[in-house]
Amino acid sequence: MSITTAADGIKDVTTPLSDSDVESLKTGDRVRITGVLYTARDAAHGRLFPLIERGEPLPIDVRGQVIYYTGPSPARPGDIVGSIGPTTGGRMDKFTPALLKLGLKGTMGKGARSQVVKDAFRQYKGVYFGAIGGAGAVLSRFVKKVAIVAYEDLGTEAIRRLEVEDFPAIVVNDCHGGDLYEEGMARYAR
Amino acid sequence: MAKRTKASARKKGAARKAVGPVKPIPAAYHVRDVHVSAIVDAVKKLCIDANLELEPDMLRAFDRALTTERSPAGKQVLQILKDNAQMAKTRRIPYCQDTGFVVCFVELGQDVHVTGGALDDAINEGVRQGYTQGFLRASIVTSPFDRVNTGDNTPAVIHVDVVPGAELKLAIMAKGGGCENRSKYTMLTPAAGIEGVKDFIIDCVKTAGPDACPPLILGVGVGGTFEKAALLSKKALFREVGSANPDPMLDALEKELLERANRLGIGPQGYGGDTTSFGIHVLTYPCHITSLPVAVTIECHAHRHKEATL
Repeated sequence: MSITTAADGIKDVTTPLSDSDVESLKTGDRVRITGVLYTARDAAHGRLFPLIERGEPLPIDVRGQVIYYTGPSPARPGDIVGSIGPTTGGRMDKFTPALLKLGLKGTMGKGARSQVVKDAFRQYKGVYFGAIGGAGAVLSRFVKKVAIVAYEDLGTEAIRRLEVEDFPAIVVNDCHGGDLYEEGMARYAR
Repeated sequence: MAKRTKASARKKGAARKAVGPVKPIPAAYHVRDVHVSAIVDAVKKLCIDANLELEPDMLRAFDRALTTERSPAGKQVLQILKDNAQMAKTRRIPYCQDTGFVVCFVELGQDVHVTGGALDDAINEGVRQGYTQGFLRASIVTSPFDRVNTGDNTPAVIHVDVVPGAELKLAIMAKGGGCENRSKYTMLTPAAGIEGVKDFIIDCVKTAGPDACPPLILGVGVGGTFEKAALLSKKALFREVGSANPDPMLDALEKELLERANRLGIGPQGYGGDTTSFGIHVLTYPCHITSLPVAVTIECHAHRHKEATL
């Protein structure tokens, strides 16, 4: 079990994740993620997808992993990484079910996902974490190590392996059909 | 007699001038040379500063929202955004990793003579130097179809207005992609009227939802033609957030729209709350008797803009 609830009510999540880890996460849960995250956004997904369709191996083993939708800004000399907040998750909707089918457990970004993706979270036991969009400077502090693992020619859109510690996020879509955006809006609409 | 009065009143009310005749400008101006190197340096600095230091109007908007936001999650987001602005400034890390598409509005005095090269080249060189030397992200692809990154965030989107005078004003915005993707245009009929315009704007906030990084700022252009409305919607974003529209009618419209937007419940980051928008800025232009164009540029809370006058 790689999820424990701390005294402050925040769930400490250590990657990789199992089905039962994902099942224990509920929409609205605040989490701190420690372990490995892989970055991938539009262009990297665009390269992974044809490989999946052809049944070819991917440059990363996605089983149990979490993909963070981000393209960091360049690191200043002496820094580990530049600004590293999330990009809009919905643009990856086309690709996400296929990755979940391969065993991907988590995705992290900002913004709403399609019903097809939400259904895939249920079917394959997946979760969508929300990181705070536009808080890239603050979020950079939680990244301890960065290495490019595929598609270096894509620049900021290359696949990077991040080692993070206590990376703050919130569960937006759990594998039980919950949606933080819908619930939050309904609660505060006047 | 009464008939004639009525007829002349109708005649008087039948047309209203939107622009006057040519105003004479005293011939005191001399052509002033501005070398491209000054433009390069200015644009470079504007790009770096915009991405590292939020303008005070945004910091005040965070503080105001912290006093009114009911949602604990929303409050926490606002506090983190404040911290993020502070960290970006002190640690020289961009506020957001999406350091934007540079949109540059130039007000070129008609008595300015740009020397040493082309104005557009100078602006793009400033962007190139700012983004590479400032450790800002390169987010622009050469072609929308082959999508190969240009590597230095060039080119900028440049709009030039020629104005009276001998100054050159540069206003840049580092425009984020996620929010830009939620910008919208519609051509309403005159019959749809102001209520139609209001409903469209509120609908834009709804469809932007959590995707565009709320709290949002909306730039709205109403009137003109298809492209004029879009241009006004970008320009409107340069007004100070929290300031009143100089036109009382538009000011009332903006306040009503802001109130409606913030009742939607989307809240900071879409986690639910009262702060969905920090401001809605409207600019208008005369339009054709058949048309009621409305353009809405959606801007995220990472509202990065700076200006310089040479």
